[in-house]
Amino acid sequence: MVEFRRCGQDGLLAEFRELSEVDAARALLTAAAERGALPELAELLPGARTLLAVVQPGSRGLDTIRELLSEADLTDPPARDSRELTLAVRYDGPDLELVARTAGVSTSEVVALHADSLYTVAFCGFAPGFGYLSGLHPLLQQPRLESPRTSVPAGAVGVAGEFSAIYPGSSPGGWRLIGSCAAPLFDPRREPPALLSPGDRVRFEVVR
Amino acid sequence: MRRALTVLATGAQLLVQDLGRPGYAHLGVPPSGALDQPALRLANRLVGNAENAAGLEALLGGVRLRAECSCTVAITGPDVPVRMAGRAVDTHTPLHLAAGAELSVGAPGHGLRNYLAVGGGVAAQPELGSLATDVLSGLGPAPVRAGDVLALGAATGPPSGVDQLPYPSIPGRLVVDLLLGPRDDWFSDPAGQLTGHDWSVTAQSNRVGLRLSGEPLRQLDCETQLPSEPVRTGAVQVPPNGQPVIFLADHPTTGGYPVIGVVDATALPALAQARPGSIIHFQPR
Repeated sequence: MVEFRRCGQDGLLAEFRELSEVDAARALLTAAAERGALPELAELLPGARTLLAVVQPGSRGLDTIRELLSEADLTDPPARDSRELTLAVRYDGPDLELVARTAGVSTSEVVALHADSLYTVAFCGFAPGFGYLSGLHPLLQQPRLESPRTSVPAGAVGVAGEFSAIYPGSSPGGWRLIGSCAAPLFDPRREPPALLSPGDRVRFEVVR
Repeated sequence: MRRALTVLATGAQLLVQDLGRPGYAHLGVPPSGALDQPALRLANRLVGNAENAAGLEALLGGVRLRAECSCTVAITGPDVPVRMAGRAVDTHTPLHLAAGAELSVGAPGHGLRNYLAVGGGVAAQPELGSLATDVLSGLGPAPVRAGDVLALGAATGPPSGVDQLPYPSIPGRLVVDLLLGPRDDWFSDPAGQLTGHDWSVTAQSNRVGLRLSGEPLRQLDCETQLPSEPVRTGAVQVPPNGQPVIFLADHPTTGGYPVIGVVDATALPALAQARPGSIIHFQPR
């Protein structure tokens, strides 16, 4: 099910029931653009339940996008090739105990639950290179900290709501932190600048 | 001789800006770039640069520079007193600055931001293809400080004085066209609430957003949380206190509060010049 919402001139926000449909819709429109069927597409930005498409001013691209998304079965999308990355994580975060207590499991079970899942980069936001990873085990889907930290170090691995993420740089943050990752997530002078891009699959490998 | 400008004074805020880094929002990168893009484009044309060359964006003047080489500069944006080697000179025209000469840009009488372009543009290592200083994400060069020496690129084209245009005057009350959505249905009578009274620009405004104050916009249901969704420049986001924020170039790429409407892109240059206390009247459709 998709609902279309206006989003400024030459923009359209498609809203879905499920996060997985956003990923399927993004993949569908990306594939259409790659085969030349959407030459007017200027930007395609996923969110948690929505996908924003912006087309060249005055073009008919939004009509094509509405048709493509209305016709597709996004709840059962075809398998697609995606990049898969494995990132090494040391599970030494300051909130590991809190997350374990909230989930009602041991800290080593938190590590196993987090490291055994296959994640998908649902969207990026908050800061350059900050990827919201879907696929988090339900027991680890927990609220943010009641009071956010004024400074979270670069590489901190956290959970909040239905997502896990790695902070690309030092910033304030309210996610519950369970580990740290040394991989460089964002370098504005590298091409591509971000390690994670929407649609990428991510696995974590436990560093002891 | 080294092609450079030495910065003697920066005023409230002096930033390197070009036309920004659009196209990376899917990686969480704000568009950034000059807030009043027509003013930067014009300044660049006046000195013979490509329109996207990097220049300087000055907030409320107070800027003094010394040329370390002979170069051509142009100042655009709202009316502002400019002095070159101690003499008053015009804005919106190419100025020849001799090596060692000083240029000062005073405070504009209205508006906020003036643009200075220099032949060859400000040269530095681009980040994601741009030299724009993004105050939210920290991408691009650090804000300019007194004592900085700004390297210049090689002058490209001949300066042109032919397409100079008077800067549009900035009214104290801006009428801003807005397209309702995507979340206008989260509000009762969204058009009525937006137009029922005027909004005033607050002093908390910056390159991330123009923060407005007025009669709070009421949501139908204050309990439902919006899952993070992508936002565009010009989006009018309504946080729980009901005081809207118009997102400008350094806005975050996703937001967690409903966007009641998106202002037309043509309104952005004037919004970039709206001083605190300016009145905004939305015209939704």
